[in-house]
Amino acid sequence: MRFIDEYRDSGLGKRLIDRIKRRSTKPVRFMEFCGGHTVAIFKHGIRQLLPPTIEMLSGPGCPVCVSANADLDKAVALARLPDVIIATFGDMVRVPGSYSSLAQVKAEGADVRIVYSTQDALNIARSNPLKSVVFLGIGFETTAPTVAASILEAAQEGINNYYILSLHKLCPPVIKAILDAGEVRLDGIICPGHVSAIIGSYPYGFVPRDYGIACVISGFEPLDILLCIDMLVAQIESGRPRVEIAYRRGVRPEGNQRALEVMNQVFEPCDASWRGIGVVPQSGLMLRKEFRRFDAEHAFKIELEPPREAEGCLCGDILRGVKTPPDCKLFRRVCSPEHPVGPCMVSSEGSCSTYYLYGGGYGG
Amino acid sequence: MCLAIPALVKSIDGQQAEVEVGGVGRKVSIFLTPEVKVGDYVLLHTGYAINIIDEAEAKETLKLLEEIAGASGE
Repeated sequence: MRFIDEYRDSGLGKRLIDRIKRRSTKPVRFMEFCGGHTVAIFKHGIRQLLPPTIEMLSGPGCPVCVSANADLDKAVALARLPDVIIATFGDMVRVPGSYSSLAQVKAEGADVRIVYSTQDALNIARSNPLKSVVFLGIGFETTAPTVAASILEAAQEGINNYYILSLHKLCPPVIKAILDAGEVRLDGIICPGHVSAIIGSYPYGFVPRDYGIACVISGFEPLDILLCIDMLVAQIESGRPRVEIAYRRGVRPEGNQRALEVMNQVFEPCDASWRGIGVVPQSGLMLRKEFRRFDAEHAFKIELEPPREAEGCLCGDILRGVKTPPDCKLFRRVCSPEHPVGPCMVSSEGSCSTYYLYGGGYGG
Repeated sequence: MCLAIPALVKSIDGQQAEVEVGGVGRKVSIFLTPEVKVGDYVLLHTGYAINIIDEAEAKETLKLLEEIAGASGE
């Protein structure tokens, strides 16, 4: 496929790796923020190809994984309400909350439907006027504009049985939270490619400026990632950390202004709770007052038990880069993709699921 | 979750476009990329074109990769 195959050329990849090996003299630690990058790095065996000077860590870039149990419990409680249809991306269905999961309540009779797009969720609302359709708004800045677009469409068309549970999260604030926590020393960040397609490169400016850490926005093919690592190494070796874009075909410095306008018209930033990290100021999105009638939390009364965490699960530490999946006593023994204990094993982009599938001899 | 794949825009009808992904056609929303034209490639994410792929930049990146490979091969 065009714009994919060209960036998988193994000959070019080998030359890039040779160059990285030649140029990398200082020991460095890079974090890939995005779960899509984690999968690509493991799938293509990139960790094994890098010189011993470069250590790679995975960050909190899987929206399903970072959703707090209290938020998952809200989705389960909404699914249990009569005449409510839950529309959600597939990854969410098997994620265990404190006491149950959407898959479990579906088996008990709740109407939970997997959709590919908010367009599908709107269609379910159109064809079921006597029911309420709640779309689970999970995702970073890549996805939030598409959810905002569906709200504008519902408002314009007068669809009054469509709601969202907004669990959206924002990337730059959580990058700051991780750096401020200071638990892991980082020299460079592989910045998310499709989040940046929306927000551009400017919002990362604080990372090199305030923390002296290199930032390069990467695409998702193996050559994209190797080029990104080569650029990070060059920044560090030259002692000039800054924000660069390795994924220029998909990311402009200013981002997608139209998508940002749509997102900002419908949502405003709010504090949000992240699994393993806690409440991060202004790192979530809530519906603005004029769109509050689409807010499922506002429209439905749900009662929740206090949230609880699965005993022994290290997902929270893994999301902060403090631990890796093999550090977890449950990993492979109790927790597997067939029987996941924590969300990082459920999501196809979760660190645990990625280590489980590809991580055989990668240590960590 | 933030997966987006390149899709070729075949035709446009209002805020919808017919695109082709790996030989398969489908309808997507171009609400977030209203300036898109037939023949453009877009990044497709959850049924929406979230950005137009910059072909000139794609060529530049490939040229850069070739240059790096050339220099590394010496």
